[in-house]
Amino acid sequence: MKLNKLSLTVLTLGFAFLYLPIVLLIGYSFNESRLVTVWAGFSTKWYGELFADDQMMSAVWLSLKIAMGASTGAIILGTLAAFALVRFGRFWGHTLFGSMINAPLVMPDVITGLSLLLLFVAMGQLFGWPSERGSLTILLAHITFCTAYAAIVISSRLKEMDLSLEEAAMDLGAHPFKVFWLVTLPIIAPSLVAGWLLSFTLSMDDLVIASFVSGPGSTTLPMVVFSSVRLGVSPKINALATLIVLVVSIAVCIAWWFARKAERDAQMLPDEE
Amino acid sequence: MNVATSTATMADSAKRPEQTILQIQQVTKMFGDTKAVNDVSLEIRKGEIFALLGGSGCGKTTLLRMLAGFERPTAGRIILDGQDITALPPYERPINMMFQSYALFPHMSVEQNIAFGLKQDGMTRNQIGDRVAHMLKLVHMSKYARRKPHQLSGGQRQRVALARSLAKHPKLLLLDEPMGALDKKLRTQMQLEVVNIIESVGVTCVMVTHDQEEAMTMAGRLGIMDSGEICQVGSPTEVYEYPNSRLTAEFIGSVNIFEGVVNEQAEDAEELLITSSELECPLELSLNASVSAGMPVAVAVRPEKISVSFERPEQAANWVKGTVSDIAYLGGISTYHVEITGGRRIQCTVANVARSTQDRATWGDEVYLSWDTASGVVLTS
Repeated sequence: MKLNKLSLTVLTLGFAFLYLPIVLLIGYSFNESRLVTVWAGFSTKWYGELFADDQMMSAVWLSLKIAMGASTGAIILGTLAAFALVRFGRFWGHTLFGSMINAPLVMPDVITGLSLLLLFVAMGQLFGWPSERGSLTILLAHITFCTAYAAIVISSRLKEMDLSLEEAAMDLGAHPFKVFWLVTLPIIAPSLVAGWLLSFTLSMDDLVIASFVSGPGSTTLPMVVFSSVRLGVSPKINALATLIVLVVSIAVCIAWWFARKAERDAQMLPDEE
Repeated sequence: MNVATSTATMADSAKRPEQTILQIQQVTKMFGDTKAVNDVSLEIRKGEIFALLGGSGCGKTTLLRMLAGFERPTAGRIILDGQDITALPPYERPINMMFQSYALFPHMSVEQNIAFGLKQDGMTRNQIGDRVAHMLKLVHMSKYARRKPHQLSGGQRQRVALARSLAKHPKLLLLDEPMGALDKKLRTQMQLEVVNIIESVGVTCVMVTHDQEEAMTMAGRLGIMDSGEICQVGSPTEVYEYPNSRLTAEFIGSVNIFEGVVNEQAEDAEELLITSSELECPLELSLNASVSAGMPVAVAVRPEKISVSFERPEQAANWVKGTVSDIAYLGGISTYHVEITGGRRIQCTVANVARSTQDRATWGDEVYLSWDTASGVVLTS
């Protein structure tokens, strides 16, 4: 298909609007100068300084650990919720439960963060757990909102799945638990991967909720970035951002590849004899 | 004609093994307030292929799903080989099913699909390997053992599905619309092939279909279902030649139905005379129903039992004059639509024995339609 001049211009402008800031950021991460806005030649020294910055690196590790835990927890809870919604028919309170699962998607982060903070404080006073706010409370908070996203991704796949596959497994002598393990789980696996990656990015990205529920000594990456930017932008942040863009792009590519593969498997036409 | 059909029926009954393997006793299934299956009782004989035939929503699939164990009957009992299985879950029943969509596990190869049921039984690796190889050979799919279902054509998928449902040597095999997912040409070929495989294994089989041709080709006996009830059970010949109601007559094949009233008859009469307001002459039939004089009845005559001629037939009954209004040429046969006095159209089929169509009746011709006393069937319901 040939593009005419107008649509080509619009396309270029659109992409420029979306990606020019990111390209600039990546370019300036290789800047020699201490000033972010002045170009003074090519250098990779900011990457070196980034890896030497202990505070920054420990924040990266904390964020990674929380994101892993949160996305794993979210897909477990999300799978359970998706099963309840898709498979148990229209039980009493189905609509209420369904909309409540989706509510965190549209709930402003400030409200989610504040309500979780109040909950953790109240729980701490009543049962003495969690005794203090820190990485555990951030993890719990992230599981809470990631579950909503995971449940939506997984339930859409579950809805598409042919129920007769499970019936066939049962018909062939598999108990319901084995049916889930041997048939259902492998078939919904791509959605579990997608849900996990989505939760992972959301958790890595979250600043607002984490700021509410974190405590001393547990500072996540977005919190470090945000506070250091307020003190003056260092080209180190550009280097960090470049690495994050790289990691996210790779993750997106992997997710896309999984989705493509699943789609191709489903569509591939058999060769007739 | 009469002689031929009755010997066929006798031959059928002589062949039948009489041992009953499955008893469905007064089974009812309610979905909310609607009765999907209403008080159905049925006996399936060991080794036969039985087809449940009916339109959509007649309850045939619900009945099949109750046999498989996916639905629990609201009332009634299902007894398989002397054991009451009404309350058994699907994974404990010695019954396997071939699904309409085949339901092959997409993440497993052909081999793994067939081995799935055997693994659940805790068979050893070697036993499983032998059985899978044997099954693949049975359905001529040995070459494709390592393929995934999405790499197979429709017919190949069906063979794998059949092999998988036969692998556990079930006491009863269920087929849900077995040819539903295939195109017409492949369908005819697979019908015979599936029957051959089932018969070579010797398994008892209950199938569900809405396609009467398929049911008549594959099954030894049919059960016609309508709105949750079984209307008639019999061999394809019985059901086609001796329908017991208008519903079965109209469901299986095409039929011309004449409304009429039974005439007075002598005590020892062998023929029954019926006056129909639609025809000038009376309808004469061999006595095959218990009717009394003055009773309103319907007479069914199949299109292929009617002959078309230009001369007025000599017989006193069973003929009518009309004009050819439509001819559907189907290659092997042609279907004539003949309009009789009163505007009623009658269907009759004529085999195209000769190649030329010159001496054949054509559009607008005046013709006489006639049939034998043995051709009509009296329907009282």
